[in-house]
Amino acid sequence: MKLAIVKETRPEERRVAVAPATAARLIKAGWEVIVERSAGEAASFPDRDYEAAGAVVVDTPTAWGSADVVVKVRAPEVRADGTDEATLLREGTTLISFVFPAQNPELVARLAARKINLLAMDCIPRISRAQKVDALSSMANIAGYRAVVEAANKFGSFFTGQFTAAGKVPPAKVLIIGAGVAGLAAIAAAKSLGAIVRAFDVRPSVAEQITSLGGEFLTVTVAESGEGQGGYAKEMSKEFIDAEMALFRAQAKDVNIVITTALIPGKPAPKLWLTDMVESMKPGSVIVDLAAEAGGNCECTRAGEAVVHKGVTILGYTDMPSRMANVASDLYGTNIWHLLDEMGGAAKFAFDHSNEIVRGALVLEGGEKRWPPPKPEPKPDAKGDAKPDAKAAAAPKPVEAPKPAPAAAPAPKKSHGHGGAPAKPMNGQILVAALIAFVGAFLGLRYGVSAKDMSPDTNDLLQRLTVFVLAVFVGWQVVWNVTPALHTPLMSVTNAISGIIVVGGLLGGSGSLDTAAIVGIAAILFATINIVGGFWVTRRMLAMFRK
Amino acid sequence: MTELPIITFALLIAAVLFILSLRGLSNQESARRGNVFGMVGMAIAIGATLTIPGLSPHPLVIAAIVGGGALGGVLAARVGMTQMPELVALLHSFVGLAAVLVGFSVQLHAGPGGGHAIEHVEVFVDVLIGALTCTGSILAFLKLRGSVSGKPMLLPARHLFNLSMLLGSVAMGYLYVDSGALWPLLVGSAIACVLGVHLVAAIGGADMPVVVSMLNSYSGWTAAAAGFMLKNNLLIVTGALVGSSGAILSYIMCKAMNRSIWNVIFGGFGADPPKAAAGAPAAPQGEVQEIDNAGLATTLLESASVVIVPGYGMAVSRAQHAVRELCELLRAKGKLVRFAIHPVAGRLPGHMNVLMAEANVPYDIVLEMDEINDDLPATDVVIVIGANDIVNPAAEDDPTSPIAGMPVLQVWKSKLVVVNKRSRAAGYAGIDNPLFYKPNTKMLFGDAKGAIEKVVTELRARA
Repeated sequence: MKLAIVKETRPEERRVAVAPATAARLIKAGWEVIVERSAGEAASFPDRDYEAAGAVVVDTPTAWGSADVVVKVRAPEVRADGTDEATLLREGTTLISFVFPAQNPELVARLAARKINLLAMDCIPRISRAQKVDALSSMANIAGYRAVVEAANKFGSFFTGQFTAAGKVPPAKVLIIGAGVAGLAAIAAAKSLGAIVRAFDVRPSVAEQITSLGGEFLTVTVAESGEGQGGYAKEMSKEFIDAEMALFRAQAKDVNIVITTALIPGKPAPKLWLTDMVESMKPGSVIVDLAAEAGGNCECTRAGEAVVHKGVTILGYTDMPSRMANVASDLYGTNIWHLLDEMGGAAKFAFDHSNEIVRGALVLEGGEKRWPPPKPEPKPDAKGDAKPDAKAAAAPKPVEAPKPAPAAAPAPKKSHGHGGAPAKPMNGQILVAALIAFVGAFLGLRYGVSAKDMSPDTNDLLQRLTVFVLAVFVGWQVVWNVTPALHTPLMSVTNAISGIIVVGGLLGGSGSLDTAAIVGIAAILFATINIVGGFWVTRRMLAMFRK
Repeated sequence: MTELPIITFALLIAAVLFILSLRGLSNQESARRGNVFGMVGMAIAIGATLTIPGLSPHPLVIAAIVGGGALGGVLAARVGMTQMPELVALLHSFVGLAAVLVGFSVQLHAGPGGGHAIEHVEVFVDVLIGALTCTGSILAFLKLRGSVSGKPMLLPARHLFNLSMLLGSVAMGYLYVDSGALWPLLVGSAIACVLGVHLVAAIGGADMPVVVSMLNSYSGWTAAAAGFMLKNNLLIVTGALVGSSGAILSYIMCKAMNRSIWNVIFGGFGADPPKAAAGAPAAPQGEVQEIDNAGLATTLLESASVVIVPGYGMAVSRAQHAVRELCELLRAKGKLVRFAIHPVAGRLPGHMNVLMAEANVPYDIVLEMDEINDDLPATDVVIVIGANDIVNPAAEDDPTSPIAGMPVLQVWKSKLVVVNKRSRAAGYAGIDNPLFYKPNTKMLFGDAKGAIEKVVTELRARA
């Protein structure tokens, strides 16, 4: 299988689809790799690096027209000189790149006419297994980091607070709106530069992620979960947006840097940072709008440009990942590698509809439209997250989550320290009750009518039984108070005490030395081993317990 | 046997002292006094019995007391704290044996056909329980020592076997009560001996704490039965105390493993069908991450709170002193160090507490499972030393696991778990542990003592 790495033609695009290191991996895995001349130049990957990796450097028509698989970053487009990149592709070629089929139906139609197999890197399903293929995430991560760097570049002060001989510098306050991959990357980057970082998101589930990176989670009091499909946020109700705006207005006066990352798939970016908020910010503040390409979260954003509005710089760069083209190409190429791997590699390359990653990315197959993919089963965990929130909003009382009761019914030994017998096992009680009932019934039937025929022996037995039962109850009460830490000493001391059987030996071992006495004496021997051994070892153990 | 009122009173004092002795164990401070009460009570009981008028003890009786005392003393003085389970089991067997001998002595005194039916019942019950306790305890002792495999021995028709033995002994009992002859008593005790062995043989190693406490209980009931036989209230009271103590311990141990006592007695843990069914789905996935001694030392220096979970593996390798040293070093550096003890850690109730105490670990930093479980999520490092099943998350997550529902120490909720283990083998219950594959778990393979000592050396070098 021949795979072509073609050059990006947009002037602001400096990335390349596959870096030389990944190209080497592909070649090792059986791919024949060709590279369009100077494809990696802008990303600091000269042609000789690709050649060293074993790839062949070719001219533009060969690269586009001779391969089975063409990999690219941006979607094919009509060049400044009028060439339609779609027509450069041989019929039946497989193209892998960012596509955004919802926004570019006309491009998809042109590619369909060429009977192209089209896989969109932006349509990879956002599931755990697909993370290695998820180019949106890997690029968003870069964008988030770069947003902080660009903001710092325009910002006239330190991020970290400093006390210097020349005076005190307060730390910069950074507000990040939207804690997706880009937002989280921005939180981490701003935090590591020393800024005070706050982050806002409509999804309560990200609060923990924000705080784990050292950010402060800002939220509004209207209870509504913004959890949408595939890890994105959904559009919110009016009340929520009002509360949100009030929060932003308050923050606008305080923060120095705002980084907005809010995107709703398939829709223009929500306008979150309005002109009046920009105007209430301190002069010298910086806004970075990562949603600029989708229309921008800030009303003053102009896509691709840096503008200054009443002293506040608004950066609407749409090429953040491209500003770090080297690492971005490296990561994007790795995503491509994993997608190719999912598709069977060079040897078994196929469009497996049962593979949800491949199926999700597949837009065209032999020119036939395959997008959008059939809806997957709703994610159970997403549902579980959203539902309790909805309930909590409806019911005035917080809903007690029907957590599976921990099977760990705390052992009754917990009760040590205060008296009283804890609940005994149920069947134990039944057993005791049954025993008492049996004995009672027996005695009642046997002797109930008259006590005359009761032998002194039986009377004696009953008395001993009384003592026995009472002693069992005393023992039961006393032992429940023993602290678990002393259970071993308890065993050894009860061991010693049960050596009281020696009394039996003593009674038996008296008189003349007949067999009975000898047997009794043997009993004494064993019982005393127990008594002395038990007490002694208990003493040894107890002596060791110290505070 | 008629007794003088003063002797009866002395025996009452002894009984009260025994109760106070157990009462004293409710906390560590009063425990030592409790033990002294027990000794005094025993001395009074023996003294009072020896002075019963008309009872002329043979000189050999004194010799037996002295000899038995010396043997017991040597045994107690020599035993290592890690061998406590064996000693306790052995002592149980002596009680059982003594009870059997006393029973035979009474029978021989009375002669064939002598005595009343009720007395016969009492003798028979005493001998039966005594014999069962004796052989059961001996096997438990051998199992704990490792002389006999800890694996449960499960005969095909073991319930039927038990039942037939039970019926056999009841038949012998009937014959004995009827005739008062020696032979049914002998046959009955022989059956009880086999039954004792068979019952304990069917119980797996992980259930040993239950077995030992159950035998403890039996030994008490034996003494009580002897009390009925000899019409001696002191024996009855003492036996009842010990019997209920053992029963409570068994109950606590069973609760700690989330199993019914019947399941333990007749079960044969780890060999029942649920386990086979669990084998396939329970196979954990993922990679085991290792950490070395130096790495652990570094991690410990960087953390603020440490919880140590000792298990049987620590006892086996006698690592408690090394662990204490580690604990002291970390405490000297201002770290919060605590110990978490699971109720069934080790092979005896409270086994770990005794070992920690032996190593001079202050008992106020040794906590129970319920006391520490809530603190674990805020803990930086949990070091699990030679424990497996008691920290197995499968007990909570995997309903098919044989230990499902057993309360466990939730160590996986802490920030980092370091598990010291000799090898990758499964625990005593024979279940693989998904804890080892968790992303926040690192394994420190090697003998507990050696591994911990190396960490201590590493920490010393950096001090």
